[in-house]
Amino acid sequence: MFLITCPYCGEAREEQEFSYAGEALIKRAPLDSSDAEWGDYLFNRNNTKGPTLEQWQHTLGCRKLFMVERNNVTNDILAIKTFESLRSDS
Amino acid sequence: MNYSWLGVLKAGLGGNQSWTPAWPDQEPREGYDVVIIGGGGHGLATAYYLARDFPGKKVAVLEKGYIGGGNTGRNTTIVRSNYLWDEAADLYEHALKLWEDLSEELDYNVMFSQRGVYNLGHSLQDMRDIERRVNANQLNGIDAEVVSTTELKQRIPIMETGAHTRYPVLGASFQPRGGVARHDAVAWGFARAAAARGVDIIQNCEVHALDIEAGRIRGLDTSRGYIRAGQVGSVAAGHSSVIAAMAGLRLPLESHPLQAFVSEPMKPVLHTVVMSNGVHGYVSQSDKGDLVIGAGIDSYSGYSQRGSPHLIDHAAAAILQLFPVFSRAKINRQWGGIVDVCPDACPIISPTPVEGLYFNCGWGTGGFKATPGSGHVFAHTIGQDSPHPLALPFHLDRFTTGALIDEHGAAGVAH
Ligand SMILES: Cc1cc2nc3c(=O)[nH]c(=O)nc-3n(C[C@H](O)[C@H](O)[C@H](O)COP(=O)(O)OP(=O)(O)OC[C@H]3O[C@@H](n4cnc5c(N)ncnc54)[C@H](O)[C@@H]3O)c2cc1C
Ligand SMILES: [Zn+2]
Repeated sequence: MFLITCPYCGEAREEQEFSYAGEALIKRAPLDSSDAEWGDYLFNRNNTKGPTLEQWQHTLGCRKLFMVERNNVTNDILAIKTFESLRSDS
Repeated sequence: MNYSWLGVLKAGLGGNQSWTPAWPDQEPREGYDVVIIGGGGHGLATAYYLARDFPGKKVAVLEKGYIGGGNTGRNTTIVRSNYLWDEAADLYEHALKLWEDLSEELDYNVMFSQRGVYNLGHSLQDMRDIERRVNANQLNGIDAEVVSTTELKQRIPIMETGAHTRYPVLGASFQPRGGVARHDAVAWGFARAAAARGVDIIQNCEVHALDIEAGRIRGLDTSRGYIRAGQVGSVAAGHSSVIAAMAGLRLPLESHPLQAFVSEPMKPVLHTVVMSNGVHGYVSQSDKGDLVIGAGIDSYSGYSQRGSPHLIDHAAAAILQLFPVFSRAKINRQWGGIVDVCPDACPIISPTPVEGLYFNCGWGTGGFKATPGSGHVFAHTIGQDSPHPLALPFHLDRFTTGALIDEHGAAGVAH
Protein backbone atom coordinates (compact mmCIF):
# COMPACT_ATOMS: atom_id res chain seq x y z
CA MET A 1 0.00 0.00 0.00
CA PHE A 2 1.32 3.43 -0.91
CA LEU A 3 0.04 6.85 -1.88
CA ILE A 4 0.31 8.33 -5.35
CA THR A 5 -0.15 12.00 -6.16
CA CYS A 6 -1.86 12.37 -9.51
CA PRO A 7 -0.10 15.20 -11.35
CA TYR A 8 -3.47 16.34 -12.71
CA CYS A 9 -5.62 16.14 -9.56
CA GLY A 10 -2.74 17.09 -7.29
CA GLU A 11 -3.74 15.13 -4.20
CA ALA A 12 -2.07 12.12 -2.57
CA ARG A 13 -4.50 9.20 -2.85
CA GLU A 14 -4.41 5.47 -2.13
CA GLU A 15 -2.81 3.25 -4.74
CA GLN A 16 -6.15 1.43 -5.09
CA GLU A 17 -7.60 4.47 -6.84
CA PHE A 18 -5.09 3.94 -9.65
CA SER A 19 -4.34 1.16 -12.13
CA TYR A 20 -0.85 -0.03 -12.80
CA ALA A 21 -0.17 0.06 -16.53
CA GLY A 22 3.27 -1.51 -16.94
CA GLU A 23 6.77 -0.31 -17.73
CA ALA A 24 6.93 3.19 -19.21
CA LEU A 25 8.52 4.31 -22.47
CA ILE A 26 8.37 0.97 -24.29
CA LYS A 27 8.94 1.85 -27.95
CA ARG A 28 6.67 0.16 -30.46
CA ALA A 29 8.67 -2.03 -32.82
CA PRO A 30 8.47 -1.07 -36.50
CA LEU A 31 6.07 -3.08 -38.65
CA ASP A 32 8.93 -4.48 -40.74
CA SER A 33 10.77 -5.81 -37.67
CA SER A 34 11.81 -9.45 -37.46
CA ASP A 35 9.84 -11.97 -35.40
CA ALA A 36 12.52 -11.80 -32.71
CA GLU A 37 12.32 -7.99 -32.50
CA TRP A 38 8.53 -8.07 -32.45
CA GLY A 39 8.48 -10.75 -29.75
CA ASP A 40 10.94 -8.74 -27.70
CA TYR A 41 8.76 -5.63 -27.97
CA LEU A 42 5.56 -7.51 -27.23
CA PHE A 43 6.62 -9.80 -24.39
CA ASN A 44 10.05 -9.07 -22.92
CA ARG A 45 10.38 -6.64 -20.03
CA ASN A 46 13.33 -5.23 -18.09
CA ASN A 47 11.54 -6.08 -14.85
CA THR A 48 14.25 -4.15 -13.00
CA LYS A 49 14.66 -4.43 -9.25
CA GLY A 50 14.88 -1.02 -7.55
CA PRO A 51 13.97 2.32 -9.10
CA THR A 52 11.72 1.85 -12.14
CA LEU A 53 9.75 4.14 -14.40
CA GLU A 54 6.20 2.90 -14.83
CA GLN A 55 2.79 4.00 -16.10
CA TRP A 56 -0.20 4.48 -13.85
CA GLN A 57 -3.72 5.56 -14.67
CA HIS A 58 -5.91 7.53 -12.27
CA THR A 59 -8.78 5.13 -12.99
CA LEU A 60 -11.16 6.24 -10.25
CA GLY A 61 -10.26 9.92 -10.68
CA CYS A 62 -9.47 11.91 -13.80
CA ARG A 63 -8.61 8.71 -15.79
CA LYS A 64 -5.40 10.25 -17.13
CA LEU A 65 -2.19 8.24 -17.67
CA PHE A 66 1.12 9.47 -16.28
CA MET A 67 4.51 8.14 -15.18
CA VAL A 68 5.69 7.22 -11.71
CA GLU A 69 9.28 6.56 -10.74
CA ARG A 70 9.07 4.09 -7.87
CA ASN A 71 11.59 2.05 -5.96
CA ASN A 72 9.83 -1.28 -6.30
CA VAL A 73 11.64 -2.81 -3.33
CA THR A 74 10.67 -0.14 -0.77
CA ASN A 75 7.63 1.26 -2.63
CA ASP A 76 9.02 4.79 -2.19
CA ILE A 77 7.75 7.12 -4.90
CA LEU A 78 10.76 8.99 -6.30
CA ALA A 79 9.16 11.19 -8.95
CA ILE A 80 5.94 11.71 -10.85
CA LYS A 81 6.01 12.88 -14.44
CA THR A 82 3.46 13.63 -17.11
CA PHE A 83 3.89 12.53 -20.73
CA GLU A 84 3.54 16.19 -21.74
CA SER A 85 6.77 16.90 -19.86
CA LEU A 86 8.57 14.54 -22.27
CA ARG A 87 7.26 16.47 -25.25
CA SER A 88 8.58 19.81 -23.95
CA ASP A 89 11.98 18.16 -23.27
CA SER A 90 12.56 17.33 -26.92
CA MET B 1 21.19 -42.07 7.66
CA ASN B 2 17.94 -43.67 6.51
CA TYR B 3 14.81 -42.66 8.37
CA SER B 4 12.60 -45.45 9.74
CA TRP B 5 10.21 -46.01 12.61
CA LEU B 6 12.81 -48.22 14.23
CA GLY B 7 15.29 -45.36 14.00
CA VAL B 8 12.80 -42.97 15.59
CA LEU B 9 12.28 -45.48 18.41
CA LYS B 10 16.00 -46.00 19.01
CA ALA B 11 16.83 -42.29 18.92
CA GLY B 12 13.87 -41.61 21.21
CA LEU B 13 15.11 -44.10 23.78
CA GLY B 14 18.50 -42.40 23.64
CA GLY B 15 16.94 -39.03 24.42
CA ASN B 16 17.12 -37.97 20.74
CA GLN B 17 20.83 -37.23 20.99
CA SER B 18 21.88 -39.33 18.00
CA TRP B 19 20.33 -37.32 15.16
CA THR B 20 22.81 -35.86 12.69
CA PRO B 21 22.08 -32.80 10.51
CA ALA B 22 19.85 -33.71 7.56
CA TRP B 23 22.39 -32.22 5.15
CA PRO B 24 25.80 -30.61 5.62
CA ASP B 25 26.19 -26.85 5.18
CA GLN B 26 28.90 -26.74 2.48
CA GLU B 27 31.64 -24.24 1.74
CA PRO B 28 31.80 -23.46 -1.98
CA ARG B 29 34.48 -25.33 -3.94
CA GLU B 30 36.53 -23.84 -6.74
CA GLY B 31 34.29 -25.16 -9.50
CA TYR B 32 31.42 -27.46 -10.49
CA ASP B 33 30.07 -29.16 -13.60
CA VAL B 34 26.65 -27.68 -12.90
CA VAL B 35 25.69 -24.77 -10.65
CA ILE B 36 22.02 -24.21 -9.82
CA ILE B 37 21.09 -20.64 -8.78
CA GLY B 38 18.27 -20.68 -6.23
CA GLY B 39 17.67 -23.09 -3.36
CA GLY B 40 13.89 -23.21 -3.60
CA GLY B 41 12.03 -26.45 -4.21
CA HIS B 42 12.57 -26.27 -7.97
CA GLY B 43 16.32 -25.65 -7.69
CA LEU B 44 16.82 -28.39 -5.10
CA ALA B 45 14.70 -30.84 -7.12
CA THR B 46 16.77 -30.03 -10.21
CA ALA B 47 19.96 -30.77 -8.27
CA TYR B 48 18.52 -34.01 -6.89
CA TYR B 49 17.48 -35.39 -10.29
CA LEU B 50 20.79 -34.27 -11.83
CA ALA B 51 22.66 -36.20 -9.15
CA ARG B 52 20.37 -39.23 -9.49
CA ASP B 53 20.22 -39.43 -13.28
CA PHE B 54 23.63 -37.99 -14.23
CA PRO B 55 25.83 -39.35 -11.43
CA GLY B 56 29.13 -38.25 -12.98
CA LYS B 57 28.40 -34.56 -12.60
CA LYS B 58 29.52 -32.43 -9.65
CA VAL B 59 26.57 -30.20 -8.75
CA ALA B 60 26.06 -27.24 -6.38
CA VAL B 61 23.00 -25.23 -5.38
CA LEU B 62 23.66 -21.58 -4.48
CA GLU B 63 21.04 -19.91 -2.31
CA LYS B 64 21.31 -16.26 -1.32
CA GLY B 65 19.37 -16.77 1.93
CA TYR B 66 18.32 -20.09 3.43
CA ILE B 67 16.83 -22.93 1.40
CA GLY B 68 13.07 -22.77 1.03
CA GLY B 69 13.04 -19.14 2.22
CA GLY B 70 11.55 -17.92 -1.05
CA ASN B 71 8.19 -18.84 -2.55
CA THR B 72 8.69 -22.48 -1.62
CA GLY B 73 8.21 -21.64 2.05
CA ARG B 74 5.58 -18.97 1.39
CA ASN B 75 3.05 -20.71 -0.82
CA THR B 76 -0.31 -22.25 0.02
CA THR B 77 0.81 -25.71 -1.20
CA ILE B 78 -2.05 -26.60 -3.53
CA VAL B 79 -1.15 -29.44 -5.88
CA ARG B 80 -3.26 -30.40 -8.91
CA SER B 81 -2.75 -31.16 -12.60
CA ASN B 82 -6.10 -30.28 -14.19
CA TYR B 83 -4.76 -27.80 -16.74
CA LEU B 84 -6.58 -27.21 -20.02
CA TRP B 85 -3.98 -27.53 -22.77
CA ASP B 86 -2.15 -30.77 -23.58
CA GLU B 87 1.33 -29.31 -23.06
CA ALA B 88 0.55 -27.95 -19.60
CA ALA B 89 -1.56 -30.95 -18.57
CA ASP B 90 1.27 -33.34 -19.52
CA LEU B 91 3.83 -31.35 -17.53
CA TYR B 92 1.75 -30.95 -14.36
CA GLU B 93 0.51 -34.55 -14.53
CA HIS B 94 4.12 -35.72 -14.79
CA ALA B 95 4.74 -33.76 -11.57
CA LEU B 96 1.64 -35.15 -9.86
CA LYS B 97 2.77 -38.72 -10.60
CA LEU B 98 6.15 -37.93 -9.03
CA TRP B 99 4.39 -36.42 -5.97
CA GLU B 100 2.57 -39.70 -5.42
CA ASP B 101 5.86 -41.52 -4.67
CA LEU B 102 7.92 -38.59 -3.45
CA SER B 103 8.10 -39.38 0.27
CA GLU B 104 9.43 -42.84 -0.56
CA GLU B 105 11.76 -41.59 -3.26
CA LEU B 106 13.32 -39.04 -0.88
CA ASP B 107 13.02 -41.09 2.33
CA TYR B 108 11.44 -37.98 3.79
CA ASN B 109 7.80 -37.41 4.64
CA VAL B 110 6.61 -34.50 2.48
CA MET B 111 3.11 -35.04 3.89
CA PHE B 112 1.52 -35.18 0.45
CA SER B 113 -2.19 -35.43 1.12
CA GLN B 114 -4.50 -36.19 -1.83
CA ARG B 115 -7.59 -34.69 -0.30
CA GLY B 116 -8.95 -33.42 -3.62
CA VAL B 117 -9.26 -29.94 -5.10
CA TYR B 118 -12.52 -28.19 -6.03
CA ASN B 119 -12.65 -25.23 -8.44
CA LEU B 120 -15.98 -23.47 -8.04
CA GLY B 121 -18.08 -21.98 -10.82
CA HIS B 122 -20.30 -18.97 -10.13
CA SER B 123 -21.74 -18.17 -13.55
CA LEU B 124 -22.97 -20.04 -16.61
CA GLN B 125 -19.75 -19.14 -18.39
CA ASP B 126 -17.69 -20.49 -15.45
CA MET B 127 -19.64 -23.76 -15.73
CA ARG B 128 -19.09 -23.99 -19.50
CA ASP B 129 -15.36 -23.46 -18.94
CA ILE B 130 -15.35 -26.06 -16.18
CA GLU B 131 -17.10 -28.63 -18.38
CA ARG B 132 -14.70 -27.96 -21.22
CA ARG B 133 -11.69 -28.33 -18.93
CA VAL B 134 -13.01 -31.51 -17.29
CA ASN B 135 -13.54 -33.02 -20.75
CA ALA B 136 -10.04 -32.00 -21.83
CA ASN B 137 -8.59 -33.47 -18.62
CA GLN B 138 -10.38 -36.78 -19.13
CA LEU B 139 -9.10 -36.99 -22.72
CA ASN B 140 -5.60 -36.53 -21.29
CA GLY B 141 -6.11 -39.31 -18.74
CA ILE B 142 -6.33 -36.89 -15.82
CA ASP B 143 -8.93 -37.56 -13.13
CA ALA B 144 -11.60 -34.88 -13.27
CA GLU B 145 -15.32 -34.60 -12.71
CA VAL B 146 -18.04 -31.96 -12.76
CA VAL B 147 -19.84 -31.72 -9.44
CA SER B 148 -23.34 -30.25 -9.07
CA THR B 149 -24.37 -27.80 -6.35
CA THR B 150 -26.53 -30.43 -4.63
CA GLU B 151 -23.61 -32.84 -4.56
CA LEU B 152 -21.27 -30.08 -3.30
CA LYS B 153 -23.63 -29.30 -0.45
CA GLN B 154 -23.40 -32.92 0.67
CA ARG B 155 -19.64 -33.18 0.30
CA ILE B 156 -18.79 -29.82 1.96
CA PRO B 157 -21.71 -29.10 4.29
CA ILE B 158 -20.15 -25.96 5.80
CA MET B 159 -19.96 -24.25 2.43
CA GLU B 160 -22.65 -21.67 1.62
CA THR B 161 -24.05 -22.66 -1.77
CA GLY B 162 -27.47 -20.96 -1.47
CA ALA B 163 -28.97 -19.19 -4.44
CA HIS B 164 -29.42 -16.00 -2.41
CA THR B 165 -25.69 -15.28 -2.13
CA ARG B 166 -24.02 -12.56 -4.16
CA TYR B 167 -22.06 -15.15 -6.17
CA PRO B 168 -24.08 -18.37 -6.02
CA VAL B 169 -22.14 -21.61 -6.43
CA LEU B 170 -23.39 -23.28 -9.61
CA GLY B 171 -21.07 -26.25 -9.46
CA ALA B 172 -17.41 -27.16 -9.49
CA SER B 173 -14.70 -29.20 -11.09
CA PHE B 174 -13.08 -31.76 -8.84
CA GLN B 175 -9.72 -33.47 -9.09
CA PRO B 176 -9.64 -36.25 -6.48
CA ARG B 177 -5.86 -36.81 -6.81
CA GLY B 178 -5.10 -33.14 -6.10
CA GLY B 179 -4.30 -31.93 -2.60
CA VAL B 180 -1.63 -30.31 -0.50
CA ALA B 181 1.90 -31.07 0.74
CA ARG B 182 4.15 -29.70 3.46
CA HIS B 183 6.19 -27.00 1.70
CA ASP B 184 9.22 -26.88 4.04
CA ALA B 185 9.47 -30.66 4.00
CA VAL B 186 9.67 -30.55 0.20
CA ALA B 187 12.69 -28.22 0.35
CA TRP B 188 14.33 -30.15 3.19
CA GLY B 189 13.59 -33.57 1.67
CA PHE B 190 15.08 -32.66 -1.71
CA ALA B 191 18.07 -30.98 -0.01
CA ARG B 192 18.77 -34.01 2.13
CA ALA B 193 18.38 -36.49 -0.73
CA ALA B 194 20.49 -34.33 -3.07
CA ALA B 195 23.25 -33.88 -0.47
CA ALA B 196 23.27 -37.65 0.12
CA ARG B 197 24.08 -38.02 -3.60
CA GLY B 198 26.96 -35.57 -3.41
CA VAL B 199 25.32 -32.21 -4.19
CA ASP B 200 26.81 -29.23 -2.34
CA ILE B 201 24.09 -27.04 -0.85
CA ILE B 202 25.55 -23.60 -0.22
CA GLN B 203 23.41 -21.13 1.68
CA ASN B 204 24.04 -17.40 2.23
CA CYS B 205 25.65 -17.31 -1.20
CA GLU B 206 24.20 -14.65 -3.50
CA VAL B 207 25.05 -14.65 -7.20
CA HIS B 208 26.17 -11.12 -8.21
CA ALA B 209 27.40 -11.60 -11.76
CA LEU B 210 27.74 -14.23 -14.48
CA ASP B 211 31.09 -14.75 -16.16
CA ILE B 212 30.39 -15.18 -19.87
CA GLU B 213 33.16 -15.46 -22.44
CA ALA B 214 32.66 -15.83 -26.19
CA GLY B 215 28.98 -16.61 -25.68
CA ARG B 216 29.63 -19.38 -23.15
CA ILE B 217 29.15 -19.47 -19.41
CA ARG B 218 32.42 -19.84 -17.43
CA GLY B 219 31.47 -19.16 -13.84
CA LEU B 220 29.75 -16.93 -11.32
CA ASP B 221 30.74 -14.09 -9.01
CA THR B 222 29.09 -14.64 -5.67
CA SER B 223 29.06 -13.12 -2.20
CA ARG B 224 31.34 -16.03 -1.27
CA GLY B 225 33.81 -15.62 -4.11
CA TYR B 226 34.21 -16.75 -7.71
CA ILE B 227 32.92 -20.22 -8.64
CA ARG B 228 33.77 -21.91 -11.96
CA ALA B 229 30.86 -23.61 -13.69
CA GLY B 230 30.48 -25.76 -16.81
CA GLN B 231 26.73 -25.22 -16.89
CA VAL B 232 24.44 -22.90 -14.93
CA GLY B 233 20.72 -23.35 -14.33
CA SER B 234 18.85 -20.34 -12.97
CA VAL B 235 15.84 -21.25 -10.82
CA ALA B 236 15.37 -17.94 -9.05
CA ALA B 237 11.57 -17.47 -9.31
CA GLY B 238 10.76 -13.76 -8.68
CA HIS B 239 14.41 -12.77 -9.25
CA SER B 240 14.80 -14.49 -12.63
CA SER B 241 14.86 -11.20 -14.58
CA VAL B 242 17.65 -9.97 -12.30
CA ILE B 243 19.75 -13.05 -13.10
CA ALA B 244 18.89 -12.75 -16.82
CA ALA B 245 20.10 -9.14 -16.83
CA MET B 246 23.50 -10.42 -15.62
CA ALA B 247 23.70 -12.26 -18.95
CA GLY B 248 22.39 -9.29 -20.93
CA LEU B 249 19.07 -11.09 -21.55
CA ARG B 250 15.49 -9.93 -21.14
CA LEU B 251 12.73 -12.35 -20.21
CA PRO B 252 8.96 -12.12 -20.74
CA LEU B 253 8.40 -11.82 -17.00
CA GLU B 254 6.95 -9.37 -14.52
CA SER B 255 7.54 -9.88 -10.80
CA HIS B 256 4.57 -9.19 -8.53
CA PRO B 257 3.81 -9.49 -4.82
CA LEU B 258 1.49 -12.38 -3.92
CA GLN B 259 0.09 -12.78 -0.43
CA ALA B 260 -1.42 -15.43 1.82
CA PHE B 261 -2.50 -15.71 5.43
CA VAL B 262 -3.41 -18.33 8.01
CA SER B 263 -5.88 -18.43 10.86
CA GLU B 264 -5.23 -19.70 14.36
CA PRO B 265 -5.12 -23.51 14.47
CA MET B 266 -8.49 -25.21 14.89
CA LYS B 267 -9.96 -28.72 15.05
CA PRO B 268 -10.45 -30.29 11.59
CA VAL B 269 -13.36 -28.57 9.85
CA LEU B 270 -12.45 -28.55 6.15
CA HIS B 271 -11.25 -31.84 4.64
CA THR B 272 -10.48 -30.70 1.10
CA VAL B 273 -9.24 -27.73 -0.95
CA VAL B 274 -11.74 -25.17 -2.25
CA MET B 275 -10.71 -22.60 -4.83
CA SER B 276 -12.72 -19.93 -6.55
CA ASN B 277 -11.37 -17.74 -9.30
CA GLY B 278 -14.70 -15.93 -9.49
CA VAL B 279 -14.61 -14.50 -5.98
CA HIS B 280 -10.79 -14.64 -5.81
CA GLY B 281 -9.94 -16.72 -2.81
CA TYR B 282 -9.10 -20.26 -1.90
CA VAL B 283 -8.82 -22.17 1.33
CA SER B 284 -7.63 -25.43 2.81
CA GLN B 285 -6.89 -26.53 6.35
CA SER B 286 -3.34 -27.57 7.20
CA ASP B 287 -2.57 -30.66 9.26
CA LYS B 288 -1.65 -28.25 12.06
CA GLY B 289 -5.24 -26.97 11.93
CA ASP B 290 -4.84 -23.47 10.53
CA LEU B 291 -6.97 -22.32 7.64
CA VAL B 292 -4.59 -21.46 4.80
CA ILE B 293 -6.05 -18.72 2.62
CA GLY B 294 -4.53 -17.25 -0.53
CA ALA B 295 -5.17 -13.89 -2.14
CA GLY B 296 -4.64 -12.57 -5.67
CA ILE B 297 -1.50 -10.82 -6.96
CA ASP B 298 -1.00 -7.10 -6.57
CA SER B 299 -1.58 -5.34 -9.87
CA TYR B 300 1.75 -3.48 -9.70
CA SER B 301 5.07 -5.19 -10.23
CA GLY B 302 7.85 -5.19 -7.70
CA TYR B 303 10.23 -6.96 -5.40
CA SER B 304 8.95 -5.77 -2.01
CA GLN B 305 7.83 -9.25 -0.91
CA ARG B 306 4.79 -7.65 0.70
CA GLY B 307 1.58 -6.60 -0.97
CA SER B 308 -1.25 -4.21 -0.25
CA PRO B 309 -3.73 -4.93 2.55
CA HIS B 310 -6.82 -4.51 0.39
CA LEU B 311 -6.03 -7.80 -1.35
CA ILE B 312 -6.06 -9.63 1.97
CA ASP B 313 -9.31 -7.89 2.79
CA HIS B 314 -10.81 -8.98 -0.51
CA ALA B 315 -9.74 -12.63 -0.14
CA ALA B 316 -11.05 -12.75 3.44
CA ALA B 317 -14.40 -11.34 2.30
CA ALA B 318 -14.63 -13.92 -0.48
CA ILE B 319 -13.86 -16.81 1.85
CA LEU B 320 -16.40 -15.56 4.41
CA GLN B 321 -19.10 -15.49 1.74
CA LEU B 322 -18.40 -19.13 0.99
CA PHE B 323 -17.79 -20.15 4.61
CA PRO B 324 -19.71 -17.85 6.98
CA VAL B 325 -18.77 -20.32 9.73
CA PHE B 326 -15.18 -18.99 9.60
CA SER B 327 -16.24 -15.48 10.54
CA ARG B 328 -14.96 -15.75 14.09
CA ALA B 329 -11.62 -17.38 13.25
CA LYS B 330 -8.71 -15.09 14.08
CA ILE B 331 -5.96 -14.43 11.57
CA ASN B 332 -2.58 -15.43 12.90
CA ARG B 333 -0.04 -14.46 10.25
CA GLN B 334 0.08 -12.84 6.83
CA TRP B 335 3.01 -12.70 4.38
CA GLY B 336 3.98 -12.18 0.78
CA GLY B 337 6.23 -13.67 -1.86
CA ILE B 338 7.51 -12.43 -5.22
CA VAL B 339 6.06 -14.34 -8.15
CA ASP B 340 7.40 -14.28 -11.72
CA VAL B 341 4.39 -13.92 -14.00
CA CYS B 342 4.64 -14.97 -17.65
CA PRO B 343 2.28 -13.61 -20.37
CA ASP B 344 0.71 -17.03 -21.05
CA ALA B 345 0.65 -18.13 -17.38
CA CYS B 346 3.01 -20.98 -18.25
CA PRO B 347 6.59 -21.56 -17.18
CA ILE B 348 9.81 -21.13 -19.13
CA ILE B 349 12.09 -24.21 -19.09
CA SER B 350 14.70 -23.45 -21.64
CA PRO B 351 18.23 -23.09 -22.91
CA THR B 352 19.25 -19.50 -23.71
CA PRO B 353 21.38 -17.82 -26.38
CA VAL B 354 24.28 -18.12 -23.89
CA GLU B 355 25.82 -21.59 -24.20
CA GLY B 356 25.59 -23.55 -20.97
CA LEU B 357 23.05 -21.18 -19.38
CA TYR B 358 19.49 -22.40 -18.80
CA PHE B 359 16.41 -20.86 -17.19
CA ASN B 360 13.56 -22.43 -15.27
CA CYS B 361 11.13 -19.69 -14.25
CA GLY B 362 7.80 -18.04 -14.96
CA TRP B 363 5.84 -20.42 -12.69
CA GLY B 364 4.17 -17.35 -11.28
CA THR B 365 1.44 -18.03 -8.76
CA GLY B 366 1.31 -21.77 -9.32
CA GLY B 367 4.65 -23.55 -9.39
CA PHE B 368 4.70 -25.40 -6.10
CA LYS B 369 2.53 -28.17 -7.55
CA ALA B 370 5.11 -28.71 -10.27
CA THR B 371 8.18 -28.92 -8.02
CA PRO B 372 9.26 -32.54 -8.65
CA GLY B 373 8.28 -32.48 -12.34
CA SER B 374 9.95 -29.15 -12.95
CA GLY B 375 13.17 -30.35 -11.33
CA HIS B 376 13.06 -33.61 -13.25
CA VAL B 377 12.60 -32.15 -16.75
CA PHE B 378 15.02 -29.31 -16.05
CA ALA B 379 17.70 -31.74 -14.83
CA HIS B 380 17.35 -33.64 -18.11
CA THR B 381 17.41 -30.43 -20.13
CA ILE B 382 20.73 -29.50 -18.49
CA GLY B 383 22.17 -33.01 -18.22
CA GLN B 384 21.60 -33.83 -21.89
CA ASP B 385 22.00 -30.24 -23.06
CA SER B 386 18.73 -30.60 -24.95
CA PRO B 387 15.16 -29.92 -23.81
CA HIS B 388 13.29 -32.81 -22.20
CA PRO B 389 10.28 -33.63 -24.46
CA LEU B 390 7.84 -32.39 -21.80
CA ALA B 391 9.84 -29.15 -21.47
CA LEU B 392 10.13 -28.47 -25.21
CA PRO B 393 6.81 -26.54 -25.55
CA PHE B 394 7.99 -24.28 -22.71
CA HIS B 395 11.04 -23.08 -24.65
CA LEU B 396 11.79 -19.33 -24.73
CA ASP B 397 11.32 -19.54 -28.51
CA ARG B 398 7.57 -19.50 -28.10
CA PHE B 399 7.70 -15.74 -27.56
CA THR B 400 9.18 -15.40 -31.04
CA THR B 401 7.11 -18.03 -32.87
CA GLY B 402 3.90 -17.05 -31.11
CA ALA B 403 3.18 -20.64 -29.97
CA LEU B 404 1.99 -19.54 -26.53
CA ILE B 405 0.18 -21.98 -24.25
CA ASP B 406 -2.63 -19.84 -22.98
CA GLU B 407 -3.52 -21.19 -19.56
CA HIS B 408 -5.08 -17.93 -18.35
CA GLY B 409 -8.38 -18.41 -16.63
CA ALA B 410 -9.24 -21.49 -18.63
CA ALA B 411 -7.51 -23.76 -16.14
CA GLY B 412 -8.34 -21.65 -13.14
CA VAL B 413 -4.62 -21.04 -13.00
CA ALA B 414 -4.69 -18.95 -9.86
CA HIS B 415 -2.62 -21.56 -8.05
C1 LIG C 1 1.55 -16.52 -1.37
C2 LIG C 1 1.83 -17.55 -2.42
C3 LIG C 1 0.96 -18.61 -2.61
C4 LIG C 1 1.21 -19.59 -3.56
N1 LIG C 1 0.38 -20.66 -3.65
C5 LIG C 1 0.66 -21.69 -4.48
C6 LIG C 1 -0.15 -22.87 -4.47
O1 LIG C 1 -1.10 -23.01 -3.70
N2 LIG C 1 0.16 -23.86 -5.36
C7 LIG C 1 1.21 -23.76 -6.22
O2 LIG C 1 1.41 -24.67 -7.01
N3 LIG C 1 2.01 -22.66 -6.23
C8 LIG C 1 1.77 -21.62 -5.38
N4 LIG C 1 2.59 -20.50 -5.36
C9 LIG C 1 3.69 -20.40 -6.33
C10 LIG C 1 4.92 -21.18 -5.89
O3 LIG C 1 5.25 -20.82 -4.58
C11 LIG C 1 6.11 -20.89 -6.80
O4 LIG C 1 5.75 -21.01 -8.16
C12 LIG C 1 7.24 -21.88 -6.52
O5 LIG C 1 7.49 -21.97 -5.14
C13 LIG C 1 8.48 -21.47 -7.24
O6 LIG C 1 9.51 -22.35 -6.80
P1 LIG C 1 10.98 -21.93 -6.88
O7 LIG C 1 11.81 -22.99 -6.27
O8 LIG C 1 11.27 -21.58 -8.30
O9 LIG C 1 11.03 -20.55 -6.08
P2 LIG C 1 11.65 -20.06 -4.70
O10 LIG C 1 11.32 -20.95 -3.57
O11 LIG C 1 11.28 -18.62 -4.58
O12 LIG C 1 13.19 -20.21 -4.94
C14 LIG C 1 14.00 -19.26 -5.62
C15 LIG C 1 15.21 -19.03 -4.78
O13 LIG C 1 16.18 -18.29 -5.51
C16 LIG C 1 16.91 -17.54 -4.59
N5 LIG C 1 17.65 -16.49 -5.30
C17 LIG C 1 17.14 -15.41 -5.95
N6 LIG C 1 18.12 -14.64 -6.45
C18 LIG C 1 19.30 -15.25 -6.10
C19 LIG C 1 20.68 -14.93 -6.32
N7 LIG C 1 21.06 -13.83 -7.00
N8 LIG C 1 21.62 -15.78 -5.83
C20 LIG C 1 21.26 -16.89 -5.13
N9 LIG C 1 19.99 -17.23 -4.90
C21 LIG C 1 19.01 -16.42 -5.38
C22 LIG C 1 15.84 -17.02 -3.64
O14 LIG C 1 16.38 -16.60 -2.41
C23 LIG C 1 14.91 -18.21 -3.52
O15 LIG C 1 15.16 -19.01 -2.37
C24 LIG C 1 2.36 -19.49 -4.40
C25 LIG C 1 3.24 -18.42 -4.23
C26 LIG C 1 3.01 -17.46 -3.24
C27 LIG C 1 3.99 -16.35 -3.06
ZN1 LIG D 1 -6.14 12.39 -11.45
